[in-house]
Amino acid sequence: MDNFLQVLLDGVLNGLVYALVAAGLSLIWGVMDVINFAHGEFLMVGMYVSYWLGFILKIDPLFSWVAAGLFLFILGAVTYKIIIRNSLGKSGMAPLLATFGLSMVLKNFCMNRFTPNFRLLSGTILEGKTLSFGGAIISVPQLVTALFALVVLSLLYWMLKKTRLGWAIQATAMDKEAAELMGIKTENIFLLVFGIGGACVGITGGLMTSYLAVYPEVGGLFSLIAFVVVALGGFGSIPGALLAALLIGLVESFSGFYIAAVVKYVAVFAVYLAVILLRPRGLFGW
Amino acid sequence: MAAMLEARDIHCGYDGVPVIHGLSLEVNEGEIVAIIGANGAGKSTTMRTICGLMHPDRGQILFQGEDISRLPASETIRKGISYIPEARRLFPRLTVLENLELGAFTEKDRSVVEERLSEVFSLFPKLKDRLHQTAETMSGGEQQMCAIARGLMSGPKLLMLDELSLGLMPSLVEKVFEAVTAINEKGITVLLVEQLVQEALEIADRGYVLQTGRLVHSGTARELLDSPEVRRAYMGM
Ligand SMILES: Nc1ncnc2c1ncn2[C@@H]1O[C@H](COP(=O)(O)OP(=O)(O)OP(=O)(O)O)[C@@H](O)[C@H]1O
Ligand SMILES: [Mg+2]
Repeated sequence: MDNFLQVLLDGVLNGLVYALVAAGLSLIWGVMDVINFAHGEFLMVGMYVSYWLGFILKIDPLFSWVAAGLFLFILGAVTYKIIIRNSLGKSGMAPLLATFGLSMVLKNFCMNRFTPNFRLLSGTILEGKTLSFGGAIISVPQLVTALFALVVLSLLYWMLKKTRLGWAIQATAMDKEAAELMGIKTENIFLLVFGIGGACVGITGGLMTSYLAVYPEVGGLFSLIAFVVVALGGFGSIPGALLAALLIGLVESFSGFYIAAVVKYVAVFAVYLAVILLRPRGLFGW
Repeated sequence: MAAMLEARDIHCGYDGVPVIHGLSLEVNEGEIVAIIGANGAGKSTTMRTICGLMHPDRGQILFQGEDISRLPASETIRKGISYIPEARRLFPRLTVLENLELGAFTEKDRSVVEERLSEVFSLFPKLKDRLHQTAETMSGGEQQMCAIARGLMSGPKLLMLDELSLGLMPSLVEKVFEAVTAINEKGITVLLVEQLVQEALEIADRGYVLQTGRLVHSGTARELLDSPEVRRAYMGM
């Protein structure tokens, strides 16, 4: 029984983090029909920003997530301006290949500059802290990251549903031309959406360095999981991303514990394939 | 007095295929002007070019004396031009209220937005009961009301209407045209495109007849209604 609670909590905490990573991808996909293949590398860059701020300037991840979020917002916006904008309206493959190229550039740049080594911050405020809860042990840095993810997701959802800017983003996603007729500068909306998508992973990556090592390939697994989450949760849907990410987090932790650690991603992708076969529009799609 | 809107010999098309071949028209302040013509004549293309969704390859469009030929639609609305496109183009999964709010996207003053909301509710009282319903779940008639209301929310000087009557039953068409007259009486200039030639000319001051990208007739609504050619070609008489 103790194990069960532990595995459940691990799954939920991981799931919340996956949800924020996936939300960024989902928003870009939902609004612009663009798949950002560099999303995982954005996460990696966010982690490096926070790592170096911690290593050189001794700024704790509890604070440096702000800088990582901001940096990735800018990186996202610049990516849109320089790469995406010019590839939109060409063949559907163009933005896909362009972002794939960007992911290679980012990964190899970090490989070249920072070596492929794993780097873990030491001496962070939350380092090694745990809470025990009904016999289960919770890692505090992971808990904090998960709670942050939940807060950021809620804010994002509120912004999309309740503010004029959010309606303008939704309107642009539904009918770009009609949005222009309302006076919405859809170019700016796209720029903003790419920035927000970047900020989501920037914030997540910024916090994750308090318990995870950063290395140039770290984004790979996260982006793969984010793709699965978005496909399951429905494009552009924040609640969908949250539920799908929790599901994936739980499948991963339960299969990892009760079957074998090596099969946990097999289980994740098996669930994905099953859902795609039975419900091609995703679990929560329409 | 100079016209409010003036198109001077505009040419436009899609991907280099010309559709409008040198069209000139004028709309004076306070008027209702109708553009009529068969399917594919280029009515919507003309409207889209005026509002800035596309730009003329040649020629000029002046609005209140200013050249707007190159302005995008997101700017022409700030000048006071509101275009209600063909087939309404409401945001389907947003509510009626959210659609209306977006109609006033360029208006930052909250009290002005509230005032305009109450104005459109007095014009279309039914919308008030539908505020929190998504646009896609409304009937065609309600959607058309909502589209007109959304188009008014920016507080336009010139309202451009593209085939208001599309898909509406005759009794509703009459209501919608009455609404257009009421809007015009409040001082908003109207440029409209219609297939229902008779009905459109009955509320219009002047009209233009468009045929495969060229104007073939123009005149007061009365003149066009009385013209044997127009009657034969567009009213089946
Ligand atoms: N997006 C487009 N791409 C290419 N050609 C187009 C496009 N839209 C319209 N056309 C062409 O331009 C011509 C004029 O079309 P337009 O929509 O302006 O006609 P219309 O007078 O509004 O017709 P309707 O009464 O059917 O709405 C048509 O020949 C049409 O095929
Ligand atoms: Mg048309």
